[in-house]
Amino acid sequence: MSRHAAQLGKASSVSNASNVLDVRDGPVLSIEHLRVTFATDSGDVKAVDDVSLTVAAGEVVAIVGESGSGKTVTAKTILGLLPETAISSGAVLISGNNVITVTPAHLRQIRGQEVAMVFQEASTALNPVFTVGWQIAEGLRAHAPHGKRVSRKEARARAIEALSKVGIPDPQKRVDYYPHQFSGGQKQRVVIAAALALNPGLIVADEPTTALDVTVQAEILELLRDCRDIFGTSIVLITHNMGVVADLADRVVVMYQGDVVEEAEVATLFATPQQEYTKKLLAAVPRLGRNSASAGLTERAHQEAEVLVEAKDLVIEYPGRLGSPGFRAVDRVNFTISAGEVSGMVGESGSGKTTIGRAIAGLNRTTGGSLRVLGYEMLNFKERTFRPLRKDIGFVFQDPAASFNPQLTIGECVAEPIVIHEQRSPAEVDKRVAELLEAVQLPRAYAERYPHELSGGQRQRASLARALALNPKLLIADEPTSALDVSVQAKVLELFKEIQAEFGFAALFISHDLAVVDILSQWVGVLYKGQLVEQGIGSQVMGSPTHDYTKRLIASLPVPDPAEQAKRREAHQALLRG
Amino acid sequence: MARKNQTLAQRLPILSHLRKSVGLQRGMLVTGLIITAIFLLTAALAPVIAPYGFAQHFDTQQPPSSAHLWGTTAGGYDVLSRVVWGTQTAVLVIVIAVVLSIFLGVALGLLSGYLGGWLDRVLVVIADAIYAFPTLLLAIVMSIAISHGRSDLWSGIFSAAISITVVFIPQYFRVIRAETIRLKAEPFVESAMVVGASSVRIMARHIYKNATRTLPLIFTLNASEAILTLAGLGFLGFGIEPTSAAEWGYDLNKALSDTTAGIWWTGVFPGAAIVLTVLGLTLVGESMNDLNDPRLRGRRRAGKSAPPAPIGPAGMGAVGTRGAGTSTVGISNTEDEVKV
Amino acid sequence: MTTLIDAPPNEQDGLLPPKKSRSGGGLGAYIVVRFFLIFPTIFILVTLVFFLMRITGDPITAALGDRLPPEALAARIHEAGYDRPVIVQYFEYLGQIATGNFGRTISDNLLVTDMLASYGTATLELAINSLVVALLVGIPLGMVAARHRDKWPDAVLRFFAILCYATPVFFAGLLLKLVFSVALGWLPVAGRANSADEIALTSLVSPTGIYWLDAIRSGNMAALGDVMAHAVLPAVALGLLTGGVFLRLVRTNVIGTLSKDYVEAGRSRGVSEFRLVTKHAYKPALIPIITVMGLQIALLLGGAVLTETTFEWKGLGFQLAHYLTARDFVAVQGIVVLLAVIVALTNFIVDIVAALIDPRVRY
Repeated sequence: MSRHAAQLGKASSVSNASNVLDVRDGPVLSIEHLRVTFATDSGDVKAVDDVSLTVAAGEVVAIVGESGSGKTVTAKTILGLLPETAISSGAVLISGNNVITVTPAHLRQIRGQEVAMVFQEASTALNPVFTVGWQIAEGLRAHAPHGKRVSRKEARARAIEALSKVGIPDPQKRVDYYPHQFSGGQKQRVVIAAALALNPGLIVADEPTTALDVTVQAEILELLRDCRDIFGTSIVLITHNMGVVADLADRVVVMYQGDVVEEAEVATLFATPQQEYTKKLLAAVPRLGRNSASAGLTERAHQEAEVLVEAKDLVIEYPGRLGSPGFRAVDRVNFTISAGEVSGMVGESGSGKTTIGRAIAGLNRTTGGSLRVLGYEMLNFKERTFRPLRKDIGFVFQDPAASFNPQLTIGECVAEPIVIHEQRSPAEVDKRVAELLEAVQLPRAYAERYPHELSGGQRQRASLARALALNPKLLIADEPTSALDVSVQAKVLELFKEIQAEFGFAALFISHDLAVVDILSQWVGVLYKGQLVEQGIGSQVMGSPTHDYTKRLIASLPVPDPAEQAKRREAHQALLRG
Repeated sequence: MARKNQTLAQRLPILSHLRKSVGLQRGMLVTGLIITAIFLLTAALAPVIAPYGFAQHFDTQQPPSSAHLWGTTAGGYDVLSRVVWGTQTAVLVIVIAVVLSIFLGVALGLLSGYLGGWLDRVLVVIADAIYAFPTLLLAIVMSIAISHGRSDLWSGIFSAAISITVVFIPQYFRVIRAETIRLKAEPFVESAMVVGASSVRIMARHIYKNATRTLPLIFTLNASEAILTLAGLGFLGFGIEPTSAAEWGYDLNKALSDTTAGIWWTGVFPGAAIVLTVLGLTLVGESMNDLNDPRLRGRRRAGKSAPPAPIGPAGMGAVGTRGAGTSTVGISNTEDEVKV
Repeated sequence: MTTLIDAPPNEQDGLLPPKKSRSGGGLGAYIVVRFFLIFPTIFILVTLVFFLMRITGDPITAALGDRLPPEALAARIHEAGYDRPVIVQYFEYLGQIATGNFGRTISDNLLVTDMLASYGTATLELAINSLVVALLVGIPLGMVAARHRDKWPDAVLRFFAILCYATPVFFAGLLLKLVFSVALGWLPVAGRANSADEIALTSLVSPTGIYWLDAIRSGNMAALGDVMAHAVLPAVALGLLTGGVFLRLVRTNVIGTLSKDYVEAGRSRGVSEFRLVTKHAYKPALIPIITVMGLQIALLLGGAVLTETTFEWKGLGFQLAHYLTARDFVAVQGIVVLLAVIVALTNFIVDIVAALIDPRVRY
């Protein structure tokens, strides 16, 4: 049992003992032949097509799938939260009531009391202008018996109790806090506390850890597991992350384009997937140590080559305004990138990794130490003098949808660097664009298309083509695959690897995902709160980390293998205790 | 997803809005367009429609009759004719005022937003000061400055138009500047910066077109405000002399003293003309605003966190793109993220 | 995954400090800096107004040019100092304003400050009355429209709001007078009170100048009824104009917050739709609503000028129209500058209130 278990147990023994012992027979949730159709700009679209599943008491059922699989729609249907554009048929039975057909008043009774929801973004699921205590108590007030009002004192007491259940320290005081006074992980705990407030038999968790860093994700997963273990709460877990599934789920439902593709016990699914789609999906999940770019390396490669980027005690601060101190995003960092070398930077949000990448590309100013890019000292950055060097630097942005001007065709976007830096005839430019598109495995004809007519993966390929247009010496890729589905990500990573081998440019690959960085980079740096806490050959950093933070980071990463993940979880617990 | 399936032809404002609209919003837009069309037609055909000239004198305060369909005023003018001719004055003022303020406002907004620095700060303080100030008072002061409050046709129209321009520049400035600052941080503009595009190229090729997408909307809303300001000036006796041109606000001022005597026709018709014109323009502007904002757009279309279309090429913009809905240009609203 | 933002906090205007800073004490700094921003605003407007009014000539020529022979006119101009360089007059004017001296009106030789003091309260009363009407109309109806978005109540209310906006306040006043005063005879046509009541109220010891308040204080219930009857039509005419804007403002912002996750979260806990609109969505929407309402003070004051003229409500706006007709630009300038100060001050107060009700700023 985890460290919350004691608190949970204590809290429950005070007031909820009867609920815990409550014997529930039959499934908590049963979905039968659910179909959901949306009216959209391009006509009616089937989001969910004939889905049936059941969830037993105390069971964690994961619904996994990529975007467009219909998993979130299924989750919302369970609480009757679909927008008015949706038409649903079939049955969603919660303790005998069909959510699709009950009256609105009855539906309100079911929501919160029988089934509750945990949202993806805790920061948006909490109302910024009310205290967390008030928000937790809202559920109680909504379900007060007829004619009775929940007294302020009682509401507060029960909110405190709910907060202590989920391991918020000092709940008597924090019950009066506003959401912005909590950290991201604590906010998600508050959301879970609000969901638990009325002891529902079922919790629907929609990507509950997707917005969180891995180290925090591990804690929230643990908390959810405790909810099940101690209260016997059933959980429907919606996620795209196979590691999370392996960590928490008992049973898995795989969805694809609105259909259930496969359903199995978690161990069975990971060990012997039956359907082709499931197999492909599992194969596409990047795993630490598998496919490592630095496998077998014992020495840093490319050290004989020219040094393209060199940071010495690099400091980057964002200025504070009028009296407030500045924020140090990057704190005395040292590293080098040599020609032809693929270097990776990993770190969680706020680690400074993106800031470093942007500073190398001249998008952020450096404020201290030294950063030399292609021999240019960035401390004395002037756009005019740096501009000639820009043709040797390519940049791939995180969000493929936002990194193309919606008013220009893909061809015009890819051609832009050529038009700016080289005097070529329009025919030559077109020819070069076609070559580039082919290099990234896009049909030539796509040059005529507008960005919104491409899928995310295609756009990211085009983005790569634009970055490579002038054969740069250095490519900076800032989270290039984090906005993509796993199967698409796998293909883009593959392409990236091939192209790097072919063109031989040096690259700085920035990501929060250890496994992704491991696949691409030979040399890896780990950033934590602006400091480079560890760097070394990828497989060595990942395999035998030396810094405490790196150890914690790696141990928190759930692996897509239930048996192994159970072991890792134990190790992680030990690490935290140790 | 908001920009899905648009070809260049469908990107024209109003036409594209009409295509996107449904139900109530379409009703609003169509009503607005019809009223506006009638207004413009009346202005164009005023010489044909109006039975008399705007400065022709008749017996005073005659009730509506066959000779004077809407009666005559205390000054002996034919009400119908003055209402019809008034559309011309209104159109002229709107066109001059809005064109002038768009040019200046857009140019200043782009420069200020993109370049930043002290120029930006100074312009922001000035624009904010003017923006917060009552439109009408500023227009009065401008009108004094331009013509000392006495006007024939063209100097009257120009002083009204320029007064209104000064009031509007800060509005365009604010909108364009805010858009420019937002766009400046968009990855596609940063992509251009990284590639080494010059400031002029970035402003002209990447920011200008995207920042000015809301202009048709502001145009209609400001056109209606221009009419109201013009009428307000006229009502205070600071507009155009009645012999130079017909102007509704002036007529309403003269009608005010008629009311106690129960003479309604001198005020009701020019007033109704103002209301209808402003109503038409505002309806167009409002529905365009709704259609531009995915949050406000009719629900039958894009449900707030509608799932991406899973099947076929129709959903191409969405399939395989997590959060594809977030970063379509225009509104980047992380809360509306398409969930996986 | 979460968007990995290592980027700096949003720097939009760069003038104000962040309302909240990491080190705390941000609110204090915000209020101080926001307060000092009032001065450049007023300074800019004063400068703008001064030079615009002087571009085409001096006030004496404007007011008396038609009536006096050239020599007498020149003598008057010289006497008043209007023949000196404009820049000298400008700095002199700035100095005068700083000491509260707004000069004397040309047409009736009153101290501008006295004129402002005696008519200002009438405008304040009108502003308060119509603000009450506007809030009563705008907030509840805006919530109703948001709740029933795209259904018929919304359609009706939106049309109503646009109609309110599209109707110039003097035309609304004219229609109201035609119907309620002339045709039905229920309410008085113009003015603030009957002359008897007016005399009674203005001759009180230290009157506030706000008639209904004075009537209540002196216990004069008959006068109160009369004052109220006079106040209804102007307050409705101006209140509907502003109320229409408030309605749209509340509707748009509440629709915005209704689509947020936290409202969905409330719904997922069984909170009723009514409560979701009036509490969960309304309170977070209130911050932008208040900020924008502050900007509508300008609309209200501009509208007051027209309303007062329509109803012969003897306040600053009525006087302004009077002085405009008399081409007394010293008086006009005085009134305009005073209104600029009022607008700047109210916007300051509104910004502070908006900051204070936001817990993200308070804590």
